[in-house]
Amino acid sequence: MMSSQRRRIAAGALLAAATMVVTTACGGDTGTDGDKGKTGAAGFNAAVNKVANASDKKGGELKFIGSQEADSWDPQRGYYGFVWDFARYYTRQLVTFKAEPGAASTELVPDLATDAGKVSADGLTYTFTLKDGVTWEDGKPITSKDIKYGIERIWAQDVISGGPIYLQQVLDPKGEYKGPYKDTTPDKLGLKAIETPDDKTIIFKLPVANGDFLQMLAMPAASPVRQDKDTKAKYGLKPFSSGPYKWESYTPNKSMKLVRNDKWDAKTDTIRKALPDKISVTFTTNADDMDNRLIEGEYDLDLNATGIGSAARQKALQQHKGNVDNPQTGFIRYAVFPQTVIPNIECRKAIIYAADSKSLQTARGGPQAGGDIASNMLPPAIKGADPKADPYGKLAGAPDLTKAKEALKKCGKPDGFKTTIAVRNNKKIEIATAESLQQSLLKVGIDAQIDLFDGAQTSGIIGSPKVVKDKGYGIIIMGWGADFPSGQGFLQPLVDGRFILPSGNNNFSELNDKAVNGLFDQALKETDPDKAGELYKQINTKVSEAAVYLPFTHEKNIIWRSSRLTNVYTADAYNGRYDYASLGVVK
Amino acid sequence: MTAPLHETSAGESTATVDAAPDAPGTPDKSGTSAKAIEGRSPWKIAWTRLKRDKLALAGAFVVLFLVLVALFAPVIVGLLGHPPDEFHEDQIDPLFGTPIGSWGGVSSEFLFGVEPVNGRDVFSRIVYGARISLLVAFLAAVFAVVLGTVLGIVAGYFGGWIDAALSRVMDVMLAFPQLLFTIALVSVLPNELLGLDGSGVRIAALVVVIGFFGWPYVGRIVRGQTLSLRNREYVEAAQSLGAGRFYILRRELLPNLIAPITVYATLMIPTNILTEAALSFLGAGVKPPTASWGQMLSTAITTYEADPLFMVIPGLAIFITVLAFNLFGDGVRDALDPKGSR
Repeated sequence: MMSSQRRRIAAGALLAAATMVVTTACGGDTGTDGDKGKTGAAGFNAAVNKVANASDKKGGELKFIGSQEADSWDPQRGYYGFVWDFARYYTRQLVTFKAEPGAASTELVPDLATDAGKVSADGLTYTFTLKDGVTWEDGKPITSKDIKYGIERIWAQDVISGGPIYLQQVLDPKGEYKGPYKDTTPDKLGLKAIETPDDKTIIFKLPVANGDFLQMLAMPAASPVRQDKDTKAKYGLKPFSSGPYKWESYTPNKSMKLVRNDKWDAKTDTIRKALPDKISVTFTTNADDMDNRLIEGEYDLDLNATGIGSAARQKALQQHKGNVDNPQTGFIRYAVFPQTVIPNIECRKAIIYAADSKSLQTARGGPQAGGDIASNMLPPAIKGADPKADPYGKLAGAPDLTKAKEALKKCGKPDGFKTTIAVRNNKKIEIATAESLQQSLLKVGIDAQIDLFDGAQTSGIIGSPKVVKDKGYGIIIMGWGADFPSGQGFLQPLVDGRFILPSGNNNFSELNDKAVNGLFDQALKETDPDKAGELYKQINTKVSEAAVYLPFTHEKNIIWRSSRLTNVYTADAYNGRYDYASLGVVK
Repeated sequence: MTAPLHETSAGESTATVDAAPDAPGTPDKSGTSAKAIEGRSPWKIAWTRLKRDKLALAGAFVVLFLVLVALFAPVIVGLLGHPPDEFHEDQIDPLFGTPIGSWGGVSSEFLFGVEPVNGRDVFSRIVYGARISLLVAFLAAVFAVVLGTVLGIVAGYFGGWIDAALSRVMDVMLAFPQLLFTIALVSVLPNELLGLDGSGVRIAALVVVIGFFGWPYVGRIVRGQTLSLRNREYVEAAQSLGAGRFYILRRELLPNLIAPITVYATLMIPTNILTEAALSFLGAGVKPPTASWGQMLSTAITTYEADPLFMVIPGLAIFITVLAFNLFGDGVRDALDPKGSR
């Protein structure tokens, strides 16, 4: 949920899987360095997993700046992570993420609903009752029908394109409903899987149980939209607000301004603090210029929160360390070995042992901008993750040449072998990691050629098992993050054999292990997150044993926090971004 | 550059043209009068002029130096540097990925400093980068000149529909989006082709592409020259003596085209160097980890504020090389074609 890249990954997963991708968001980081900055800043990592400058003072203008415009501000169409975070200013959902720092943010709490839903014993029916006093920006009450209509808009993919389609896949897997714009029923509420017996009650009926259904209802795509205010494709230019702020002005790619929605009643909302009087966003095309203006204090924070560019990073860290936070993003960076190209497990182990994790981490940007060395494929914040599980000794940071050579002998190629590393040509950091891997593999005689492929063609090149085999890609360098913080989706598209697709594939290793696949089926049905976590742990162990992944880092980000910001904290639910709905400013 | 020579040049050049029917190379048998001109072939005259052009000579020396550097890269790097692909992460601050030492890590051990992130020796990479730049530029120029001369002379001499067809082809080629084509081409190139692998395929592709898109420039000039030469008396004389077309092309026309072709080839090399750098910059050049100047520039962008030297050095390398070739090329042009305006 972070950059256009993130979106591509997610979109690829969707194309591919037509199932769910669940995410990670991370929270293992405990910011220890407590350097106090010079400018009255709260200190390095002061807002990572804890609240910096806690305050309930209202007023002022919160000033965002961004170098990337939203894909769409339409709640049903936005897919960028920052849009999901920002959307809480003007949309409400039945349930939403808790307003707490770090991992606690991934808990789902009621928002428009009075509770987190009543689930039937078979896990197929979810019933919600709406709170009293929840209203639109014109004062009219938000009804269950508005919620149903908003969700129905997802079905109109020809008009409302680009957003996540999990709800569509789960509620209507056969695609029977054609969307509200082609709906022939008089009230345009023809979707059978959602029932609205009265204005306060909404019932979801799932054909197949899904333990992550609530996560999907927490996405902005499940926000209410009122039928008489639906401007279809243009809705993103001025969404009709159900949250604490409403649109005042908006010029795409230039600026937007939100002001208080005086019809929003704080008593009905336990999540949104709504501290500033105004929220403004300025867009610029020059990311370096943006970083400099943030450092100069002209703006409060980067809307996109993709991290300070390397040009300004040193200045920020050396002169304004107190204004910098370094949270985990929930992304994992890794190399994966297609089994069609390197079928022998010992040869794959040789690559894993020979890799220099420390050098790979440096290539990713070092411990702060790059992230912590990863030793397995589950990011720390996901239930079932065990950051210490380290079957190949990668956390030591140095290559194990002895074991690598032993593995090569067992593989029958004691002098090494030739292979190809596939890497996206538009990601400089990934090319740097490829060069690092190439250097360390050379030390045990593995001669890896680097092949740069067009990063815009990912799904047709490395996403196609046939192309991978034809081109002889023994090693593919990629990154992964998913759409909401639970385990199955983070791993399933990567390692479930049923997710192997002829194009848009994400299971690059083509791992197809019956035991792994079976464990996913169990985990999917499990509604207790802790029990599901145990299953993911088992899956993760089996994935490590198969030696098809070489994880590099659990990614971290360096983000700027102005000294004006109050009530700041990073939220795992939003990939380590600040929880925008809680932010305030000193006047 | 040759301003003081202009008057005499004009005179000499007339003499050269007058002597042309016998083609250069054949000893001039005419004069017993003016001593300074007597007995000198057009090439000797050109060489005399070139020697007087200080800037061109300076360019020539730099070019020669670069060629030697490229040829003896392994020796130079063996003496003064480290293997170009070797990582020296101990020279890098892991937090920022920038060199620990000041000035991009310049020291007696690393003459031009180290590359950010991986600590590769910038000196070694510059030296090896010269090989790629010069190799691609030279070969592409040769490719373009051969193709352009053959097709240009054919178009100019035979005329008619052949000329019309070839001229249209040249027009099309000149209008073709070369950069986009190349970027698209390299992304579909296989890793191994015709016995080449790795960067070999890419180098061959760069040579062919840059050369292929360069020939129409040569072709047009050669065609124009041929058009004006083919009706000269000496050609008609040869025809009336029964010389075949091929003989006329080879013995009567080609020798008189050598001068403009040489000039154009010399000026084409710096353009090719720039094209190669641009393609490498855009990721369509040689494969990593092979060092190339354009690629170094592109890598330097991310760290230009923290480590400006890493951007300056490959930039300077390209700048100096291109400038030297241009000065030399201008000198050659002035020497061979003194009537040319400047």
